[in-house]
Amino acid sequence: MDAKQSRKLDFSPILVPLLSIVVALAFGGILIFIQGINPLLAYRVLFTTAFGSFDGIAITLAKATPLILSGLAVAICLRAGLFNIGAQGQLISGALASAWAGYTFVGLPALVHIPLALIFGAFFGALVALVAAVLKAYRGVHEVITTIMLNSIVIALSDYLTSNPFKEPDQPLTRTPKIQDSAQMPDLLGLPLGFFLAIGLSIILWWIMRNTTTGFSIETIGRNKNAGWYAGISVKKTIMLSMLIGGAVAGVAGAVETLSIIGRFEPAFNAGLGFDGITVALLGRANPLGVIPAAILIGGMRASGSTVQFEAGVAPELVDLLLAMILFFVTAPLLARFFKNRKENVAMTSGWSN
Amino acid sequence: MKLRTSHYLIFAFLAAFTYFYSKDGLVATSVLYTAIQFALPLALAAMVGVMCERTGVVNIGIEGTMLISAFTAFFAGAILKNTVQGMLVGVFTGAMMGLLLALMAVNWKMDQIIAGVILNILAAGITSFYYRQNYSIPSTLDPIDLPVVGAWPILGPVLSFHGPITYFGIFFILGLWFALYKTSWGLRSRAVGEHPSSADTAGVSVTRLRYLNVTVAGAVGGLAGSYLALEAVGIFERGFTAGKGFTALAIMIFGRWNPLGALAAALFFGLTQAVTNQLMIDEVVEIPPQFINMLPYILTIVVLAISAGKVRPPAAEGIPYEKEKS
Amino acid sequence: MRTLLEVEGVSKGFGSVIANENISLTVKEGEILALLGENGAGKSTLVKAVFGLVKPDAGTIKINGTVMESGDTAAAIASGVGMVHQHFQLVPVMSVTENLILGDEPKRFGVVNIKQARKEALALSEKYGLEVDPDAIIEDLPVGMAQRVEILKALRRDVKLLILDEPTAVLTPQETDELLEVLRNLAKRGVGILFITHKLREVMAVADRIAVLRGGKLMGTTTPKESSEAKLAQMMVGREVVLRVEKSQAKPKDVLLSIKNLRVSDDRKLESVKDLSLEVHAGEILGIAGVEGNGQRELVEAICSMRSRLSGEVIVKGQEIPNLNPRAAHLAGVSHIPEDREKHGLVTSYSIADNLVLNRFDQAPFAKGWIRNLEEVANNGEALVEKFDIRAPDAYLSASSLSGGNKQKVVVARELSQQLDVVVAAQPTRGVDVGSIEFIHNQLIAARDAGAAVLLVSAELDEILSLADRIAVISNGKIVAIFNSKEADRNTIGRLMAGLAS
Ligand SMILES: Nc1ncnc2c1ncn2[C@@H]1O[C@H](COP(=O)(O)OP(=O)(O)O)[C@@H](O)[C@H]1O
Ligand SMILES: [Mg+2]
Repeated sequence: MDAKQSRKLDFSPILVPLLSIVVALAFGGILIFIQGINPLLAYRVLFTTAFGSFDGIAITLAKATPLILSGLAVAICLRAGLFNIGAQGQLISGALASAWAGYTFVGLPALVHIPLALIFGAFFGALVALVAAVLKAYRGVHEVITTIMLNSIVIALSDYLTSNPFKEPDQPLTRTPKIQDSAQMPDLLGLPLGFFLAIGLSIILWWIMRNTTTGFSIETIGRNKNAGWYAGISVKKTIMLSMLIGGAVAGVAGAVETLSIIGRFEPAFNAGLGFDGITVALLGRANPLGVIPAAILIGGMRASGSTVQFEAGVAPELVDLLLAMILFFVTAPLLARFFKNRKENVAMTSGWSN
Repeated sequence: MKLRTSHYLIFAFLAAFTYFYSKDGLVATSVLYTAIQFALPLALAAMVGVMCERTGVVNIGIEGTMLISAFTAFFAGAILKNTVQGMLVGVFTGAMMGLLLALMAVNWKMDQIIAGVILNILAAGITSFYYRQNYSIPSTLDPIDLPVVGAWPILGPVLSFHGPITYFGIFFILGLWFALYKTSWGLRSRAVGEHPSSADTAGVSVTRLRYLNVTVAGAVGGLAGSYLALEAVGIFERGFTAGKGFTALAIMIFGRWNPLGALAAALFFGLTQAVTNQLMIDEVVEIPPQFINMLPYILTIVVLAISAGKVRPPAAEGIPYEKEKS
Repeated sequence: MRTLLEVEGVSKGFGSVIANENISLTVKEGEILALLGENGAGKSTLVKAVFGLVKPDAGTIKINGTVMESGDTAAAIASGVGMVHQHFQLVPVMSVTENLILGDEPKRFGVVNIKQARKEALALSEKYGLEVDPDAIIEDLPVGMAQRVEILKALRRDVKLLILDEPTAVLTPQETDELLEVLRNLAKRGVGILFITHKLREVMAVADRIAVLRGGKLMGTTTPKESSEAKLAQMMVGREVVLRVEKSQAKPKDVLLSIKNLRVSDDRKLESVKDLSLEVHAGEILGIAGVEGNGQRELVEAICSMRSRLSGEVIVKGQEIPNLNPRAAHLAGVSHIPEDREKHGLVTSYSIADNLVLNRFDQAPFAKGWIRNLEEVANNGEALVEKFDIRAPDAYLSASSLSGGNKQKVVVARELSQQLDVVVAAQPTRGVDVGSIEFIHNQLIAARDAGAAVLLVSAELDEILSLADRIAVISNGKIVAIFNSKEADRNTIGRLMAGLAS
């Protein structure tokens, strides 16, 4: 980031996302109304379930945990000018790998087993990202297509693995065995340990981006690849590095889900977490700290989706629709145009060749 | 020698045909027939990419366009009890998605990759929110028995008895090729995609042409979606396009942004899938179904890795045109 | 004679920049009006407004007495305006014929009649004596030829008013003379010509009348007879200009940069630097004169290790620079002022301070190990902003808000504020105002006097003539001659640049 930010305070990075949420909710309200349901009721249920009680908040934060991480996975890549749509596949890979480590190793103390399983998750998340990273850095293949294809490949592969070699024996369901108790991530202060891990990772990555030479390299490549090359930064290495960081963080997201919530790997249990990461990252303006509130908001919506159906009669897929609209409004310049300063735009690549 | 999609295609075609024909003539023709069915939605979807990118707009929202068009086509067909009307609704929906992309990419000069992702996520959100079970369309679009061609030996059963969208689609692709290289619309479109300010200074409106092409391309995507819902299977499921819109982009690149090249590439993809399926049915090879599902995705990545660096995309692709910066 | 063009009170601003302020002028049939002004004076903006590429904020433009709707290129073309742009408006992958007909194709039912188009192209090129191959692909053509296509493109539309925006910037002196001859002929046929340049010599040679722009304002109109180069220069810049740079005699010492048998290919994989050898001594400025596109860009990028070398060596202070490693070149002592500052030289969304350490952000004192020292970055920024006279309120402003001249000063400050061994300056004053040009020139001379070996690449022959101690002429990827600047004369160099034996 800049040596020192310009001294004028610029609120648009906060106001634009907030406003886009409000506008998206308003549009969503119209759609709910058309279905003959009172949108205020639906939204009140949504809000009180997610944020109205201590328990509700705890559930929200638990839901937010993998979203912070997958949002981070997308955000770091965006900083380097890469659009990692593959957080989903990386996350599933990490979830499965950590489950395997969780049930295979027996007799380890928790202090060893949990980190080990997390590392498995990170490694296998990064491994999936590696394919896209190599193709991008050395062949110039656009990461958007490769990561999407990798998502589908990983989903099919994990399905195969859980229905064959990694399958829980003597069970009709396609799923892995349960992880050992020693791999189960405990709660802390009534919140999943993973939540603190996610916050910690956000802060670390934020600090790295701001204060280290690596952060500066990533940021430079993201904003102007040619100038980065001129300045002696290795474009290939930086692309590889940021993709791998993104993949590892997404892998950790999957591992945390496995080790603290699900307790095993089951296909489809992680569906959508990686894709929500895209919305989280863009809503959080690709800022490692910005993804935290964005993830909490979306986690809250995800947490209360089914209650909204139960109490207000709106299909829980309402949340998908709302998120899509939030994404639309936060990225479309419609709202941002109200604020003059639009310079802090995320660097992006367009076109298929590098 | 240049890498040519058609060479792969001819080789693959001959190999597959000889193999199956040596065992059973009926199987051989049915594999080829199925290959065309697999290829058609990919080829049409690739045309969406060709039309957009040739004028300089990257469209990675093809997947979403197809998904939401398949959705509206199916439910409109079911509610109106009329498959053809359903198809028209699907095409219209696609055009609207194209228009939305044009709005974001051309007017608002948004990053086109993000704009495309928004189309995909919007489509996924809308289709999953409004999805209902227990709907069905009266029938799929009726296949057409081609008069003379249908009676041909070997080729007859391969080429005949496809649905109307298939035949229209193939004519559309041939027509698009002609239009792109022989008409003034094509010359102008390509100029806009390569060097928009040249076109602008020659009095061609970059904005208008991009709007037109991206919207019409959207309608083609709508047709591809309608094909899936109304001609190929006659149902709709959430996430039903299964990445075809992205594979189509690889096909477009493999076909060097040329309609005929992309058609050949799509046939190659279709043939690979049809052959693998047949090998499975024949129990020649024992492949877990998950790996069969993976095939098009792996093929997409491989194809991209091969073509990258060898092909040259339209130069202005992905760059919003700023009139006053020429 | 009829008046073709009347510009009345046109104003145009881009954000805070006022590019045109209340400008009025006219062009008559058969008249050549030269529009003179230094870089950034607003010349391009004005003619783009005439051609409908820019919408003026105020004022009217009349062509043949009819008021034109602003921003309507098609209408401008329809009323007989043709424009040859500063940056060629040709589709590189298309043929000459296709480019000529684009936007007004001979066709039936929408299908282009390419045979007829080709015939038309030949007839046109014959009519005006501008020879081109109708089937050639634009990107394969030399610049002078591409420019002919540009002119033919305008002529094909039956132009009454032809606008040329700095057409001579990319031409050799000889090609320039040919072009001026073509313009005179067109004027004789009754075409009105609006000719933009900042080269005084050309204005004096060809113009019927001269309009001078400065800082977006029209300073006045005159004729070559009533004026002189010195007077025009003063009108253009607003003060008396020293046309010759003051510098002392060079005291060259050891060879610091030596290039041996270098071969480099361009983006299209064609060999564009061909077995080139060159030596630059400490304490001298070696100027490379040449028409753009003769291998200069590839040469510079290969020296700085940014572009792969097919073969050959680049040796700095006796040490060979590895291939494709800009960092190594930098550490070996090569400072590089790149040709395209926006593409390579700056990250415009970064602050000035960050840009001032762009290629040493990870070296002491700007970083300690892995951690950046933001305080040092800030101090360095403030010091250099002051020392290099970068006009900005502070060093934390984003570089995007600087003017062209000040952006260039940021690059120059970064490159010349380090240990100076070899300085490679590519087009260091392109698109920069006169004040900044003088400043940058003086900095380059100071670097020379401090013992650096300076390699200056410039498309402006005048810049080379006034700065360089030795002049190497490059043509078609080879150094065809080297002169001491005292012996150099414009004519000989021009012929060599054009690839003619002297
Ligand atoms: N599209 C644009 N956006 C912002 N500023 C511009 C734009 N075009 C020109 N300018 C500014 O307007 C001024 C005049 O530019 P221009 O007309 O190109 O000058 P000239 O052709 O005389 O060199 C310059 O300061 C330039 O930076
Ligand atoms: Mg200009």
